[in-house]
Amino acid sequence: MTNDTSGDVRLSGIAKTYGSFTAVHPLDLTVPQGSFFALLGASGCGKTTTLRMIAGLEEPSAGTVHLGDQDVTALPPYKRPVNTVFQSYALFPHLDIFENVAFGLRRRGIKSVKKQVGDMLDLVQLGEQARKKPHQLSGGQQQRVAVARALINHPKVLLLDEPLGALDLKLRRQMQLELKRIQTEVGITFVHVTHDQEEAMTMADTVAVMNAGRVEQLGSPTDLYENPRTTFVANFLGTSNFIEAEVDTKSGDDIVLKAGGGKLVLPESRCAAATTTGGKVLVGVRPEKISLTHADDAGEIPEGRNRINGRITNSSFIGVSTQYVVDSAVCPDFEVYVQNVDRDTRLEPGADVVLHWSPAHTFGLDAAQDIDAGVEEGAAA
Amino acid sequence: MTFVNWLKRNLVVIAGLLTLAYLLLPNVVVTVFSFNNPKGRFNYEWQEFSTAAWQDPCGVSDLCGSLSLSLQIAFWATLGATLLGTMIAFALVRYRFRARGAVNSLIFLPMAMPEVVMAASLLTLFLNMGAQLGFWTILIAHIMFCLSFVVTAVKARVMSMDPRLEQAAQDLYAGPVQTFLRVTLPIAAPGIAAGALLAFALSFDDFIITNFNAGSTVTFPMFVWGSAQRGTPVQINVIGTAMFVIAVLFVLASMVISNRRTKQKA
Repeated sequence: MTNDTSGDVRLSGIAKTYGSFTAVHPLDLTVPQGSFFALLGASGCGKTTTLRMIAGLEEPSAGTVHLGDQDVTALPPYKRPVNTVFQSYALFPHLDIFENVAFGLRRRGIKSVKKQVGDMLDLVQLGEQARKKPHQLSGGQQQRVAVARALINHPKVLLLDEPLGALDLKLRRQMQLELKRIQTEVGITFVHVTHDQEEAMTMADTVAVMNAGRVEQLGSPTDLYENPRTTFVANFLGTSNFIEAEVDTKSGDDIVLKAGGGKLVLPESRCAAATTTGGKVLVGVRPEKISLTHADDAGEIPEGRNRINGRITNSSFIGVSTQYVVDSAVCPDFEVYVQNVDRDTRLEPGADVVLHWSPAHTFGLDAAQDIDAGVEEGAAA
Repeated sequence: MTFVNWLKRNLVVIAGLLTLAYLLLPNVVVTVFSFNNPKGRFNYEWQEFSTAAWQDPCGVSDLCGSLSLSLQIAFWATLGATLLGTMIAFALVRYRFRARGAVNSLIFLPMAMPEVVMAASLLTLFLNMGAQLGFWTILIAHIMFCLSFVVTAVKARVMSMDPRLEQAAQDLYAGPVQTFLRVTLPIAAPGIAAGALLAFALSFDDFIITNFNAGSTVTFPMFVWGSAQRGTPVQINVIGTAMFVIAVLFVLASMVISNRRTKQKA
């Protein structure tokens, strides 16, 4: 990454309303030059509208768009130094692959396009297909043409609108790595819109999770996953277990909470909610952070871990791990993923167990929100 | 028994050939009788083979004049109807304006209206306006009834067009004019071409509306009608056959070109 800021995307107070419907609430966002930035959210969350406002295809109702130091808010799309890879590609059906890729160069009055187009087609491994029409290519090839057609213009920012949505799973994985490779190679800013959390986490340096026209949280994929600030983020990215707890005391950097007669410890730095004694907090923990010990061996659990007693209600073996559902006093269906290293044969539905995990893996959220926010959307993605 | 089996196997082919014969027989008759040498004024009975009419297609007075007039009217009517119709089609598909729904259905009225009624009403209109009947009244009438067909053909094409294609063009530095010329127009072209062909055929053929609004001007269909009263010159068959052959050649040429294109691609 360089100190060059000409490829920065800066959105200030940008908003979009259609009549009485607000697609995007006033939004401030800075995408640094050279980064791979993902806008993640369910359909209708405003991510595509945001992208289209950067491209100039949608006029913001308020706010400004800056590319580097240039205010481009009033510029039409054909005067902005950005290019888009459209959902379902929007390749020109009447032009062959070569002319599709050459389109941007020709419109800017560049006469000798042959070498550039050839090089670009080689970069996306389509040199042989130059004279074919788009409909004669497979989905993956069309996708690469769309990327080549945009990249050949050396835009300051490349916008990708669900570019992999139409591909099957295997091809999608392959193209994710391919796009990441291209981005590293050309070093320009990528802004990627997707509803697929795995895709966003694999590819992007920074992810902005959007929900109902607002950015819920912005951060690196690990940061978002390990330290979600809202239940929506916690549920949309992976799975989370929640316990409603009450603040008891504070000891040093930790908060001690009461839940169902037991005590849980939560580092204060990992709590997104205000903590006053007696106040409610949602305690969250990811299923794979939890260890499962049979109740008979409860004495072997090291001191200082958060513990909850429960009974296994369901287990499903999925090869690398086993997924358990545990009923407990504080949460009726605790999900626990256990790696299949040393399988304890006693851990079967009906067995009494102790769930325990390190306080460092606990996160605290404001209790005044829907516990299930983002569950449906996350599952669908 | 074997015959029944044979019939079963080839029923589709036989039905197809019979239908084709039904469609083409009139054309065959026209062609055959263009080589006739009729005894009287009427070319309705086969007498003997002759190429006299083919050697002198304009040998009948006024025939080629009326043909040239019809071609001119068809050309200008096609141009006018295609231009206007294409613009109307784009407006109807792309823009939301007041009375759009009404325009959408009114545009089909000329297709639904009995032609003879429309012809008579147009004549009333022209007479009341004090217009001089002739080339211009025919042209105005033709553009009017060709419009609906062009609009229908182009609209179907524009509606099926992905709006993202134009956005992609804009995204790739094409301004509004470039976007229209490089992307919109080429993609809409087949629809526009279909509309134009339809308009040409309709205009060239039209008798009823033309007959009411032509005044003393005589187009080719009117000429044929008029001569059929007094005796039909063989030259009419010659012109008919020639038109048919030209049309078939056009179709064949376009098929050859598109075949070659697909072969190149593969």
